[in-house]
Amino acid sequence: MSTLSVSVWRGTESGRFQEFTVPRLASQTVLDVVTYIQRTLDPTLAYRYACRVGMCGSCAMTVNGRARWTCRTHVDNVAQGERLEIAPLRNLPVVRDLVTDMTPFFDKWAGARGRFQGGATRKDDFARVAPGSPARQLADAGIECIGCGACYSSCDVVAWNPAYLGPAALNRAWTLVNDVRDTGNRARLAAVAGDAGCHACHTHMSCSERCPKQISPTASIAGLKRATMEAALKGEI
Amino acid sequence: MGDERLSVRTQVLLWTAQRASAVVLAVCVVVHLVTIIYAIRNGITAAEILGRTRGSYAWAGFYALFVAAVAVHAPIGLRSVLAETLNWRGAGLDLTVLAMGLALALLGFRAVYAVFA
Repeated sequence: MSTLSVSVWRGTESGRFQEFTVPRLASQTVLDVVTYIQRTLDPTLAYRYACRVGMCGSCAMTVNGRARWTCRTHVDNVAQGERLEIAPLRNLPVVRDLVTDMTPFFDKWAGARGRFQGGATRKDDFARVAPGSPARQLADAGIECIGCGACYSSCDVVAWNPAYLGPAALNRAWTLVNDVRDTGNRARLAAVAGDAGCHACHTHMSCSERCPKQISPTASIAGLKRATMEAALKGEI
Repeated sequence: MGDERLSVRTQVLLWTAQRASAVVLAVCVVVHLVTIIYAIRNGITAAEILGRTRGSYAWAGFYALFVAAVAVHAPIGLRSVLAETLNWRGAGLDLTVLAMGLALALLGFRAVYAVFA
């Protein structure tokens, strides 16, 4: 039976890689590999997953240097010479082994006012949003984010500027800016503008490159730059 | 130096000014390079160049615009570079790059005046 050599990060911010040998199987995912290690070789290994089908966004890790959703990443596509190196996501505090603390990531969603703010009451009729309307199309382009943190982990600006809200939070804000039912956009645009917001983006596009859902946060951030510039020129923020 | 931040609106307007000045610079640099290549390839002397620039409101206006765009563009970009590489933010940084912008403007306008007057 062929095998796979796997280096797995053990520890917290400081630690070391530990070597494991894992049976190589057909259609094996990186999450299968980590699960095999935890269930068969070392039950003390800490990692996180939930749905296993690319919906929940909890299993992202750094695989051979790149942030990936491990449940949908086939070993065939990423192993280099039957070797894998698996580490926690970058740009986030490490709780233990492959588990990162996602608190700063989601705090920034809140900081970007990523929560829908409606103005209608239960007495109002349903909002009718034409699927083909330009705003709905723009919202659709970014709405499928699963919050895995791959973009945040891959972003150079997050590493250089700890206050930067990051691609996922800004992408979320852009979907709400384009939600015609939302009434909180003036405050939202102020929250996402400036040195810690969309204007810090260097358009490196690592987020768009690494997003497992093929979303382009870079395009969303560009939209926010235009919207906030117009708001600033009008004196609205 | 304090940790005072510029208002969000000011931050956005700085970004806007940097992008707008970049558009101006793109044109100015091309015109400037073409001018240099023309002058060198045609062997125009310094005296002949001065003969064309002295009293020319067109050349003085063009290079004054060039200087103004540089004085706006460079300090704003340097502000981001220093913030990200040295983790230096706040009023100290803002005043430093403002001083740099003023110095660029002063030196540049002085040079433009020297070939105009």
